[in-house]
Amino acid sequence: MILKTKLAGQVYAFKNLTDVMAKANDEKSGDVLLDRAAKTVTERTAAKIVLSRVTLADIYENPLLAPEKDEVSRVLKEDLSQGIYAKIKSWTVGELRDWLLKNETRGEDIVRVSRGIEAEAAAAVTKLMTAMDLVTAASKISVPTTCATTIGLPGTLSYRNQPNHPADDLEGIKASLCEGLSYGSGDAVLGVNPVEDTVDNTLAIMNMLHDFMDKWELPTQNCVLAHVTTQMKAVEKGARVCCLFQSLAGTQPANDGFGVTAAILDEAYDCIHRFGTAPGPNLLYFETGQGSEQSIDADCGVDLMTLEARCYGLARKYRPFMLNNVSGFIGPETLYDGRQIIRASLEDHFMGKLLGIPMGMAPCYTNHTKINQDDQEMATMLLAMAGANYFMGVPVGDDVMLAYQDTSFHDDAGLRELLGRTPAPEFFAWMRKLDLMDERGRLTARAGDASIFY
Amino acid sequence: MVSETDIKQYVAQILSEMAASGSLAQPGPGRPATGPAPGGDEGVWPDILEEDLSLEINVPNPHNPEALRAIKKATPARIGVWRAGNRYLTKTLLRFRADHAVAMDAVFTDVSDEWVAGNKLPKFKTKCENKDVYLTRPDLGRRFDPEEAAKIKALVGSQNKVVVFIADGLSTTAVTANAMDTLKSMTAGLAASGIKTSPPFFVQYGRVGSEDSVSEITGAEVVVCLIGERPGLVTSESMSAYCCYKAYLDIPEAKRTVVSNIHRGGTPSVEAGSYLADLVRMMLEKKASGLDLKL
Repeated sequence: MILKTKLAGQVYAFKNLTDVMAKANDEKSGDVLLDRAAKTVTERTAAKIVLSRVTLADIYENPLLAPEKDEVSRVLKEDLSQGIYAKIKSWTVGELRDWLLKNETRGEDIVRVSRGIEAEAAAAVTKLMTAMDLVTAASKISVPTTCATTIGLPGTLSYRNQPNHPADDLEGIKASLCEGLSYGSGDAVLGVNPVEDTVDNTLAIMNMLHDFMDKWELPTQNCVLAHVTTQMKAVEKGARVCCLFQSLAGTQPANDGFGVTAAILDEAYDCIHRFGTAPGPNLLYFETGQGSEQSIDADCGVDLMTLEARCYGLARKYRPFMLNNVSGFIGPETLYDGRQIIRASLEDHFMGKLLGIPMGMAPCYTNHTKINQDDQEMATMLLAMAGANYFMGVPVGDDVMLAYQDTSFHDDAGLRELLGRTPAPEFFAWMRKLDLMDERGRLTARAGDASIFY
Repeated sequence: MVSETDIKQYVAQILSEMAASGSLAQPGPGRPATGPAPGGDEGVWPDILEEDLSLEINVPNPHNPEALRAIKKATPARIGVWRAGNRYLTKTLLRFRADHAVAMDAVFTDVSDEWVAGNKLPKFKTKCENKDVYLTRPDLGRRFDPEEAAKIKALVGSQNKVVVFIADGLSTTAVTANAMDTLKSMTAGLAASGIKTSPPFFVQYGRVGSEDSVSEITGAEVVVCLIGERPGLVTSESMSAYCCYKAYLDIPEAKRTVVSNIHRGGTPSVEAGSYLADLVRMMLEKKASGLDLKL
């Protein structure tokens, strides 16, 4: 593996693969903060040149974190299809990029090699790609999944209805839920972030959502985003729920911080497989985002984008129903402004799809970051073009519990109409039955009135 | 020992002094007093931020108007807003923009030198050169250059067990709206128990962890940092007080006791100050803070 190149008359030498991977990254304030970013644009370009000539075998044989020391690395190694990997291991990262973008390479072809591509290789190729590269390649790949219903089918665009309430008030949650449904938001999942992470509270919200689905014969799935161990206890106590949720990180120490291990995830899958109300086979819901490891001092010296790819490598072992990416949630110390957040979102969506993950996107922002509504809407439109499976639905984008801004019920309806997409099939039929959508998936005059559910 | 009634009397006294000096009514930056003046003010649009969103329903001919009114009361979320095609109505969009504008200005505007001087606060700065560095380098917002540290040490002296200071944090509005009232009420409460506090000062570009440096520099037993919280769309005025017993750099967060949500819609500043006085007294007595302090 050659880690040196001449560029513009100067020799650029990189210490190791970790160094090349970090310096080949487009600028992120998180990498600058930890002093691992390229110092000049030319150095960044030199790193990209070196990386383009590294082979997939070089990456596999030089894991950034040793599998003996890091559980995530262990899962990445054990879950890789050795048979497929053997066929492509001599490709360079640059050749992989060209192959992904070639007209002759169809989505099915990419899906076929996906299990032979290791997470760190997915990160590497992404570092060579521009925004339109990322949208073009991702748009070829479909990753449909089935929990109670199926999302991610070509021609569809789905949403998580996120009716959070600052005091977990059930009537308050239901109010936002109904508002969102009247705009067609909720075919991916009805998912609440609880304020109080207790078994009884989690159980009460799960059952309220499930009762609503039953009463209105609403074809979707429910989820309460408490800690996974809390959710399992709620299920043991008889809660009715379709999928279980957990946040993941790309290093073992960060997952320790989140209180999650591969063993706990195995247990969660077993629990929902046996006691959940949905047939599956995709029964878990994950959340990840660039910078989460760094925010708890558990990045282990690896750049934030590569760590994000490692989350997807960990996630795919569990065949999740959905994974949503929230790069932008942490703040300017990891992603500085709108430009960095747009870039990170496009990277994450592509890396996830390449690794076979059903990617949902939450291009979101906090109020201490230099990003505005325009940046967020541009990210959302680009990601929809790229083929994201789903986005969030929050009343006017203002989450009154988590205090950040995300995509809104209006954005949900607007994106479907802009791109000629319909909701997931069963949910679409339900919207038609309630006369909230026309045959092309556009809102009717009745849509936008939550009181039709009262 | 001072009774609770005594403290209440002190608080009442401070309140009346502040009311007399007009300091209670001063609006913070970013929230100019442009609300509808009594008796109306011709030629000025009223402040849209004063409109009560919980009453606003824009759905024309709702299926069940009564239910819509009821569910609006069940959540602060922006529902019942209706739509222009698939986009927001102009009024919804402008209110969202106004809330975001106030939040951003609270973060990105510096606390003015006039405010600092007006409150007779000596001003120090962390290792951050400007707001940009502050936002991207949490590590530098916890530390001081040696010259600044020497000045802080000189101001505080070595006799003060309790060191109190104000840091801008992530909201200028929160600090200017709440910090001085909280500070006065707290120091008066402590003085009533015979506990002296350091001369207060202001730290520019300060993170919560700047109190760890301040503690190391001054050798304080208890350090209290009043700091602006990251604004949400609902309020930009929320301030917190982080109290720590014998803090040091990189102390575990669990060792801090936090009083959060200090603003006119949460815990009012004067009330928070008197609670803080009790808290500091208890910390000195039990020689602990955070999870170690059994409340």
